[in-house]
Amino acid sequence: MIRTPLRPLARILEARARGDNPDAIERENLAARHEAMYDRDRGRAESRLFVLGLCFFAAFSTISIRMGVLAGTAPAEPTVSAAGVEIATQRAEILDRQGRILATNLETSALYAQPPMIVDPARAATELARIFPDLNAAALMEDFTGKRKFLWVRKVLSPEQQQAVHDIGEPGLLFGAREMRLYPNGALAAHVLGGASFGREGVSAAEVIGTAGIEKMFDDRLRDPARAAEPLQLSIDLTIQATMEQVLDTGMKLMNAKGAAGVLMDVHTGEVVAIASLPDFDPNERPAPPTKGNPSDSPLFNRAVQGVYELGSTFKIFTVAQAMELGLVNPDTIINTSSPMQWGKHRIRDFKNYGPTLSVEKVIVKSSNVGTARIAQQIGAERQQSFLRSIGMMEATPLEIVEAKGGKPLLPPRWPEITTMTVSYGHGISTSPLHLAAGYAMIANGGTVVAPTLLRHPAAQQGARILSPETAAAARQMLRHVVTEGTASFGEVAGYEVAGKTGTADKPKETGGGYHKDKVIATFATMFPVSNPQYVLIVTLDEPVNTTGPEPRRTAGWTAVPVAAEMIRRVAPLLGLKPQIEPGRLSDITLTSN
Amino acid sequence: MKTVLYVLLAVCVVSLGFWAYHENYKTQDAMAEAEAVQTRIGDARARLAVLRAEWAYLNRPDRLRDLAEINFDALALLPLQPEQFGRVDEIPYPPVQTQLPLIDPATSEAITVEEGSL
Repeated sequence: MIRTPLRPLARILEARARGDNPDAIERENLAARHEAMYDRDRGRAESRLFVLGLCFFAAFSTISIRMGVLAGTAPAEPTVSAAGVEIATQRAEILDRQGRILATNLETSALYAQPPMIVDPARAATELARIFPDLNAAALMEDFTGKRKFLWVRKVLSPEQQQAVHDIGEPGLLFGAREMRLYPNGALAAHVLGGASFGREGVSAAEVIGTAGIEKMFDDRLRDPARAAEPLQLSIDLTIQATMEQVLDTGMKLMNAKGAAGVLMDVHTGEVVAIASLPDFDPNERPAPPTKGNPSDSPLFNRAVQGVYELGSTFKIFTVAQAMELGLVNPDTIINTSSPMQWGKHRIRDFKNYGPTLSVEKVIVKSSNVGTARIAQQIGAERQQSFLRSIGMMEATPLEIVEAKGGKPLLPPRWPEITTMTVSYGHGISTSPLHLAAGYAMIANGGTVVAPTLLRHPAAQQGARILSPETAAAARQMLRHVVTEGTASFGEVAGYEVAGKTGTADKPKETGGGYHKDKVIATFATMFPVSNPQYVLIVTLDEPVNTTGPEPRRTAGWTAVPVAAEMIRRVAPLLGLKPQIEPGRLSDITLTSN
Repeated sequence: MKTVLYVLLAVCVVSLGFWAYHENYKTQDAMAEAEAVQTRIGDARARLAVLRAEWAYLNRPDRLRDLAEINFDALALLPLQPEQFGRVDEIPYPPVQTQLPLIDPATSEAITVEEGSL
């Protein structure tokens, strides 16, 4: 390129001859050069922008094509990487506290039919009806020859049934892979486990979703693919649960009860080691919820958690423990117990007349309603309510099964003084046996609140302190005397220092208005061994009658207590508790003077 | 000279190509093997799950209780009782084993062994 000079001599001379300013020519040329430079730079910038734009276009189209491909292709399992092999099942197992299986998965098949592909519909229908007696050959024949292109025949097959269907040799009968939930122990811990069923179903797979109990509560966690290899460990012990259910079942039959519930709980960690409600069901074939009748009569109903009952005299120890904690009474304070006690239009009476006065300890040992009501009067409604609230008697238990929310205590709408008095001996307030277990665990562990849990939790809970250790020890001593010299004399188990309190409450009529005369809820709330309590056991029998004597006996001392004692005798060795030789009672100090 | 260079280069390219294909086939073989192993692991896990389920089913408390009752004559199994706990001092120490004397085969006489010489 030939560079144009800014001051071309020819034009300068020409301009000078004309008398013009030659600088104007220079400026003109300079401007023209700048113009040319500007044009060149602009062109270069444009081409750079174009290249940059191309780069962006390429990058974005790569991303979008990749996204389109990822969205459009079927997911594939990574075949080469070592990760991912842990996932074997779609739902995590549930284990007991010692790692024994409570719920697992089993690969099985579902049977479906494609009628257009069936060669011999008549034979297929008759053969299927022979293999599965609940199928109707005529109905199947109708389906196979009708317009339908697809139908499910069975949701799950056993391997034997699958082989039998294979042997029919019909090309229109096909199998789809299924993973089903299996509870190998049958009805054991049925109310805890709940059950599972199929959710959305496809030909090659189906979701398994929890329908009740802990399966539903932890459905998301159990179905989380990242944690499918990590089993959910419960605090339940399989052996102890089995023993509890067996003893409870025998006890229920011996005492002619229509239902029973049992709770065994660790007093320090709050772990529920066994929890049973009878009658029960098989979670492998969970029955449909009842559509008529009283839902609490269904085997699906969890009496230990959902069932709220007036648990009667078992509540007295809370009243007395609170009064001792407040410094209102001590175990030897004398209480007026003349029965019946008239309060307004209400009359409180004892099971039988225990005389005009009793010490606080004797009020518990003899189970005097009047004595407890008088102590509650000293406590007052407000303090009583806050005490019951602090030990969790006012709301549903935090147990990790969905049914626990349904076990909300029934509380009196208002709390006048007469309510304070009846609540003090467990009437007018309905709670579940599990609530009672948590309350007794508080007394047993020295006065701190524990929340019942179904998950393995080896460390002791650090709950709020409700009672001083001394008060809790005094309350335990009273409960011990209930067994050694009071209403629960059948509860003594040699070597295990059982302490506890009986409770017999008349059942309220379902139609409302008053109580049944001959239907009771008998409860025995107990802890053992009392010198260093480890476990709390609650046994509740629904409408028990002990007919071994000349006349039917319904009190807890004759019904729930023997069942609980047998349970402790069987369960305590399994819990690893060694029988202790109890120190003899010190002889009373006699005041003498000389 | 140039021809030699060309031939050498051609040989080089062919051998590199051979090596590359060889590695490729080896990788594919390894992937196929990994996949087969993966499948076998999956099958083994499925089988293990079935066996675990079966084990749990066969060991269910109801069945064991029934079996213990059926075989009571042979096994005499009863539920664990509190009386079955023992204390360590209730167990006698194992009796001290008195060893026979060593005998010299030549003379048939007992050899006296000094304490601590063995």
